[in-house]
Amino acid sequence: MTTVSEIFETMAYGPAPESDKQALEWITRHGGEFGLFIGGGWTNGKGGELFDVVNPATTVKLARVTQAGPADLDAAVAAARQAFPSWSALSGHARARHLYALARAVQKQARLLAVLESLDNGKSIRETRDLDIPLVARHFYHHAGWAQLLESEFPGYGPVGVVGQIIPWNFPLLMVAWKVAPALAAGNTVVLKPAEFTPLTALCFAELAHQAGLPPGVLNVVTGDGRTGQLLVMHPDVDKIAFTGSTEVGRVIRKATAGSGKKLSLELGGKSPFIVFDDADLDSVVEGVVDAIWFNQGQVCCAGSRLLVHEGVAEPLVTKLRARMEKLRVGPPLDKAIDMGAIVAPVQLERIRKLVGQGVAEGATMWQPTWACPTEGYFYPPTLFTNVAPAATIAQVEIFGPVLVSMTFRTPAEAVELANNTPYGLAASVWTENINLALDVAPKIKAGVVWVNCTNLFDAAAGFGGYRESGFGREGGKEGMWEYLKPERDSGFGVGGSGSSGKRAKGNARAHGPRAPSPEPRVPPIDRTYKMFIGGKQARPDAPYARKILGVGGRLLGEVGEGNRKDIRDAVEAAHAAAGWAHTTGHNRGQVLYYMAENLAVRAEEFAGQLEALTGRSREDTRREVDASLARLFTYAAWADKYDGAVHHVPIRGVTLAMNEPIGVIGLASAEEYPLLGFVSLIAPAIAIGNTVVAIPSELHPLAATELYTVLEASDLPNGVVNIVTGAKDTLAQVLAEHDDVDAVWYFGNQPAAAQLERASAGNMKRTWVEWQPRNWMDCTQGEGREFLRKATQVKNIWIPYGD
Amino acid sequence: METKRKYEPAVAPVVAPAVTPERALRVVTRSERNPGTALDLDLVRALRVNRSAVERRAATIPTRRTVKKEWQAAWLLRAISCMDLTTLQGDDTPSNVLRLCAKAQHPVRQEVLDALGASPLGIKVGAVCVYHAFVPLAVEALQDSGIPVAAVSTGFPAGLNPLPQRIEEIKASAAAGASEIDVVITRAHALAGDWEALYDEVKSFREACGSAHMKVILGTGDLATLANVARASMVAMMAGADFVKTSTGKEAVNATLPVGVVMTRMIRDYHERTGHAVGFKPAGGIRVAKTALQWLILMKEELGDRWLRSDLFRLGASSLLTDIERQLEHFVTGRYSAAYRQPMV
Repeated sequence: MTTVSEIFETMAYGPAPESDKQALEWITRHGGEFGLFIGGGWTNGKGGELFDVVNPATTVKLARVTQAGPADLDAAVAAARQAFPSWSALSGHARARHLYALARAVQKQARLLAVLESLDNGKSIRETRDLDIPLVARHFYHHAGWAQLLESEFPGYGPVGVVGQIIPWNFPLLMVAWKVAPALAAGNTVVLKPAEFTPLTALCFAELAHQAGLPPGVLNVVTGDGRTGQLLVMHPDVDKIAFTGSTEVGRVIRKATAGSGKKLSLELGGKSPFIVFDDADLDSVVEGVVDAIWFNQGQVCCAGSRLLVHEGVAEPLVTKLRARMEKLRVGPPLDKAIDMGAIVAPVQLERIRKLVGQGVAEGATMWQPTWACPTEGYFYPPTLFTNVAPAATIAQVEIFGPVLVSMTFRTPAEAVELANNTPYGLAASVWTENINLALDVAPKIKAGVVWVNCTNLFDAAAGFGGYRESGFGREGGKEGMWEYLKPERDSGFGVGGSGSSGKRAKGNARAHGPRAPSPEPRVPPIDRTYKMFIGGKQARPDAPYARKILGVGGRLLGEVGEGNRKDIRDAVEAAHAAAGWAHTTGHNRGQVLYYMAENLAVRAEEFAGQLEALTGRSREDTRREVDASLARLFTYAAWADKYDGAVHHVPIRGVTLAMNEPIGVIGLASAEEYPLLGFVSLIAPAIAIGNTVVAIPSELHPLAATELYTVLEASDLPNGVVNIVTGAKDTLAQVLAEHDDVDAVWYFGNQPAAAQLERASAGNMKRTWVEWQPRNWMDCTQGEGREFLRKATQVKNIWIPYGD
Repeated sequence: METKRKYEPAVAPVVAPAVTPERALRVVTRSERNPGTALDLDLVRALRVNRSAVERRAATIPTRRTVKKEWQAAWLLRAISCMDLTTLQGDDTPSNVLRLCAKAQHPVRQEVLDALGASPLGIKVGAVCVYHAFVPLAVEALQDSGIPVAAVSTGFPAGLNPLPQRIEEIKASAAAGASEIDVVITRAHALAGDWEALYDEVKSFREACGSAHMKVILGTGDLATLANVARASMVAMMAGADFVKTSTGKEAVNATLPVGVVMTRMIRDYHERTGHAVGFKPAGGIRVAKTALQWLILMKEELGDRWLRSDLFRLGASSLLTDIERQLEHFVTGRYSAAYRQPMV
């Protein structure tokens, strides 16, 4: 028995347990066993298979939940499909009321959810109480707003349909909110699969949502392991998959959904840099590190796990960090005075141990505090590695545990280089008191979120999501809403039963009938040799083979180079060499696009004549295509200095800048119809934003594009910004998809090739945009505008708290 | 990797070393005084403070740690022992100063102490803090108690009297028996970045204090930025402050946790560089037990257990004591208490 007098002397911390009574009672009320939440109520799994859910802090079993099988998935998807028409037909205002009610429901049961989450996951009650659950409520409130504003803010867009969502175990309920709130706000219905380690709060939420009046079938929760997730991904009647988890699984999902037309958003792993410059407030940096890597036991996809320190302050910082680590408290998650709880499961603990062992074996210096973790339950102490080389395994691999690796740098440029020396690109943290340095470095880092002098700040109003292999799509903010919307006119993406197939727009290129060939010219024309266009030069193909291009009636109109993979390789190199294009001003890029239009206008008749010869369409019609191409160039010249980002209203004293950044190098394969306009419609938005492109023109009618390079040459376009490779379109596009230094691929062609291409894209998780149903490129609502600009950009959210 | 020596468990309480009443009663020997250092302007000017980051840290001081039950009772007794029980009102008279001195010696009702098993601890406040005029009265009232008398000085609270007068004021209070002098700085020096002037001023105060311990009040509510707070703290310590103190209690904004985070970090930094332990005193606006606990947690987390004793930590307060008594009574009886049940401060 510790007496008051003794404590007066030791001034130790004592126990401060949060009660688990109500949470355990909730489990008991369900008999300790949970079915699936489908169609507004509990149903038993048809396979009868159950598995244990364990409290990782005690290893005690909490409950048994259902392993959902194929029949269960069918039932869940059917329930969501059945609910879709009426849910999506509700007014935005009506759905706003529902989401508002969900936010309220979460707040009313905030403590129950916080305790349940802590029991299930092992994270501290402080975090669930102060961060997870308040952010959940905030997410529903914010998205109630988007539901309210849907018709006015997203005109011409509607819900995608039935959405399958698969979420991880590190923020179980918060991920429910991030997934469900935007989906429901946009009018979709949902089948959600929580992680098998942590299904309880999702089940509890489903019940609360039902009690709050959410119509049956709008939100269905199916539990199970990866097999259940796979069933959801593969289900033919699901229109979109949203996944948060490992890059490894993300890759599998990318491949599995390739060419299915399912919309996809992936929020994957990271190895996020935490950059400390020598003028930073080092004591605050230390607390930043605590929030970065010892938050949620380091089981955070965006954890600042790579500490990059200016070499001049590395030693004092490491000393301060070690002193701080001594004061961290690891213990029972429900204790209100601990910093770190338990690791979610033995398999994860084992992975951490193994990687730490590997780090030591590879020669890095490991340091842990002198105190020991509890021996019961799955605990791991905060760990700091110094003397880590970028080549070390622990510097490259996502550990997903409380393990920090540190490295030093000499200059800001080297810091950026180290920061970007990873296949990931989820988040970054930059610490300096120099705003010039901070705002110079932030845009240079390949990451979807950059925190200046802060870390791991989240809010519903700011988009979150990755660059590179950290996935694509955003969650939060207006940018996140687009993931759950599609153009209402669009039919190309829908798959079985989405009810939107077939209504294709008018004015299809195929509607144009063939025309009588022009009379043969009397004298033979001068040979016109079309080459590729790479790095600003007209380049002969790597292997000098030519492809004959026939016009109407089989007349030979010219020959183009038969491009191969080496031509693509060279073009990609050239596109990267032109990366400076991204740093030119929007005004400058606009000027180039206007100039392109000007030079094309001079030769409009010539282009129209060539199109006529190629396609056999009337001169009047081809002239309209040329004029539309001119107008399209004007459109993106106009946009070049107007596609603004946003300043998000997040609840901090500071600004969160949502910057529209170019993706990088985009591979384009343009549509067969409208050989000139289709081509221009893709390259113009891409380069207007600052991307560089490798463009594959229409396979049948490439001459319109190859002729265009003489226009590009005359238009002050820097070398390498647009590269043109001719040849077999699908083969070349596949090479682009397989190229790990290409950041996005757009493909307009056939479905089988699109599928293959999307599978290949999983290599570096490049963004894909594939369509196989023809667009009416002449129609401005289909052929140009924000949709194209969004595809050409990725949003980086830069958080800048201020105040002195 | 998991063969560590000790773990401070959150649920299973730490087995504390055996504490005898004698040990608990032991007067903590005062650490050696801070002699000050030369003014290191490069160091002072290089200090960086990021306000938003400091505020985030401050916000989690009360959320990352808490103490309950016996621990809370013990910590509250500790808060009392570190309290500078203060009256600094224009209408102070001998009667309320004497009442304060009486309360200082018996800050908690005996039956509550008995129920806590804390009678042997001999709980009393850290000091009594008054204006110069009441120093002799307080010294006399407290003569056998061992409780020091602190005098606010140097033209408190604005500190804008002529320098010779301010120095004379210190000397007069010391001569009258005050063993602690709470001086105020010329905020203008900090606002102008004239650190030499601030250093010289505080150094001259320290000389005037003689053997009396000097608490340097920065008036943080007037200093505009946290960087100024950091720099003024550092300069005051270089000039020989025994304590740095946040506020007079008369500024619009008094002791806040972000300011406390910055000042304690400066104390830590100074200690690491020079080996001299300087004390910290938040003052102004500390009225409830919960706030007092937050300040204790801040000290333990940012500076360590050594800074949880009255020689290195003081809480400037007056009405705080009554709220702590209410909480202690609640712990003992399980019933929420009322202010009027506690003897008036």
